[in-house]
Amino acid sequence: MSMENALPISHRQRLWLYALGGLVMLFLIAPSVIIVIMSFSGSSLLEFPPQGWSLRWYESYFGSLEWRDATVVSVKVAVMTAIVATLLGTAAAYAINARTLRMTGLINALLTASLIIPVILVGIGTFFLYARIGLNNTLTGLVIAHTVQGLPLVVLTVLSGLRSYDMNQEMVARSLGAGRFSAFFQVTMPQIRFSIVSGALFAFITSFDEVVVSLFISGGETTTLTRRMFNALRDQIDPTIAAISTCLIVLSIVLLSAAQLFGRGR
Amino acid sequence: MSLASASLDRAVEPDRALNADSLNADARREARGMLALLSPGLFLVFAVIIVPIGWLFWLSLFDESGQLSAANYARFFEQASYIKTFVTTFKVAFTVTGACVLLGYPLAYMLSQLPRRAASICLIFVILPFWTSVLVRTYAWLVILQRKGLVNTWLMDLGVIGQPLPLANNFAGVVIGMTHIMLPFLVLPLYASMKTIDVDCLRAGMNLGASPAATFWQIFFPLSLPGLASGLVIVFVLCLGFFVTPALMGGGKVIMWAMRMEQTTSLYSNWGAGAALGVVLLAVTLALLGLFQWLLGTRATGVWSRR
Repeated sequence: MSMENALPISHRQRLWLYALGGLVMLFLIAPSVIIVIMSFSGSSLLEFPPQGWSLRWYESYFGSLEWRDATVVSVKVAVMTAIVATLLGTAAAYAINARTLRMTGLINALLTASLIIPVILVGIGTFFLYARIGLNNTLTGLVIAHTVQGLPLVVLTVLSGLRSYDMNQEMVARSLGAGRFSAFFQVTMPQIRFSIVSGALFAFITSFDEVVVSLFISGGETTTLTRRMFNALRDQIDPTIAAISTCLIVLSIVLLSAAQLFGRGR
Repeated sequence: MSLASASLDRAVEPDRALNADSLNADARREARGMLALLSPGLFLVFAVIIVPIGWLFWLSLFDESGQLSAANYARFFEQASYIKTFVTTFKVAFTVTGACVLLGYPLAYMLSQLPRRAASICLIFVILPFWTSVLVRTYAWLVILQRKGLVNTWLMDLGVIGQPLPLANNFAGVVIGMTHIMLPFLVLPLYASMKTIDVDCLRAGMNLGASPAATFWQIFFPLSLPGLASGLVIVFVLCLGFFVTPALMGGGKVIMWAMRMEQTTSLYSNWGAGAALGVVLLAVTLALLGLFQWLLGTRATGVWSRR
């Protein structure tokens, strides 16, 4: 047992705290666990634990053209969002970190605005704007809107990477004759690449899970997976959604572990 | 200052004056370069956030006949249905925030007291839901809480209740679902701030004879308040504008602010009224966050950068 927190209070005296904390952790994780288990149920009744097991809800997910199309749209949008948001976010973080500009506070606030501005307002506003310029129900429109949602996470992640990196190294490279870009790509980027990859993963997951803005600006051929799920949930509780949810949970776990792994590599 | 160094200074001075121009030009070029790096991101934020919201604000100032008026805002005080929406929204926001404190504080406290390894394993239970789709989690709660859901089935099988409890499609369902979604937003900043509390302060208290309870309430708790405040504000603000869970779990009975905006614009195509709702929501959000920043000197959005 480590000594870092060693207060003269025994673990036994703390049992009530561990019990309480454990219950809250159960509250946090139970819904996901229940959904994963129920997605393998053999019956269309939502019973727990399921009486029999089957893969029918996965078959119903992968066999349905509508769900498949929506998934493809979401994957496409999320990949493009991750690329665009990572490029723009890394560039912005680099500029903020350089501190040569005044009003860094304002710039920061603008770039991270989408974290605090009620997303319903962004959804309605974006729909309204897109209606004028014909971007509703297009992949381009979705990628632009999702990029703005994912940008803050890239900026914050890369910025924290840059803060633990000594910019003098890049200065040395430049004073030795490297150009601005080759200094960045050969000296700085290899050292902050883990933050960049984490940022990209966060942008991907933000786009893939985004509901509210997609609800307004996607439709028809570009209906995203989350929009279709939302509409399906408004009608009835179809166990197919348990299978889709399980896939989304697994995706979150995989991406988070990847981000953790890359984060450690620093 | 010695004579020698003074004369040296004077000798350097003309050079400095000569250099100043080119140094300034260099600094300007540098600033332009940095602005160029920022501009694509800033442009998108302007295009997708600032311009549409500004436009909606402009729209909210005109009534249905196109006359400049405050009709869209006056409605909020006159129509009972709007007042009910605000009351519901604040009731949900206060209840959820309160529930998050009751559940989140003990968890964050436990995490902060555990050894590093154990804490990082337990943190997975907070971070995984944080990054799981809101839709997935709302669906899960629907399955658990609905009339023929898990909780009701279990309780009826055990004979605890004869009739299914109304847990989903009402206020209780919305509060439970939203508490689950908001909890990580409280726990993460609270845990981060608890980790910065110096254990030596607590140890000193105990050495001087304070009981564990007194040490907690007189030393630890006051020191954890800024982190708690940060979590509280962010949870409350997110609750005010939350859409997905109330829309799916409210059963059409719990109409919150964001749902009202969606209905007004999508269902009734009344853009002026919907926009006015949005403007007030944004103003309240920014006012609360601004007040927080002014009082505590830190940003409430730290939850996203500390991970």
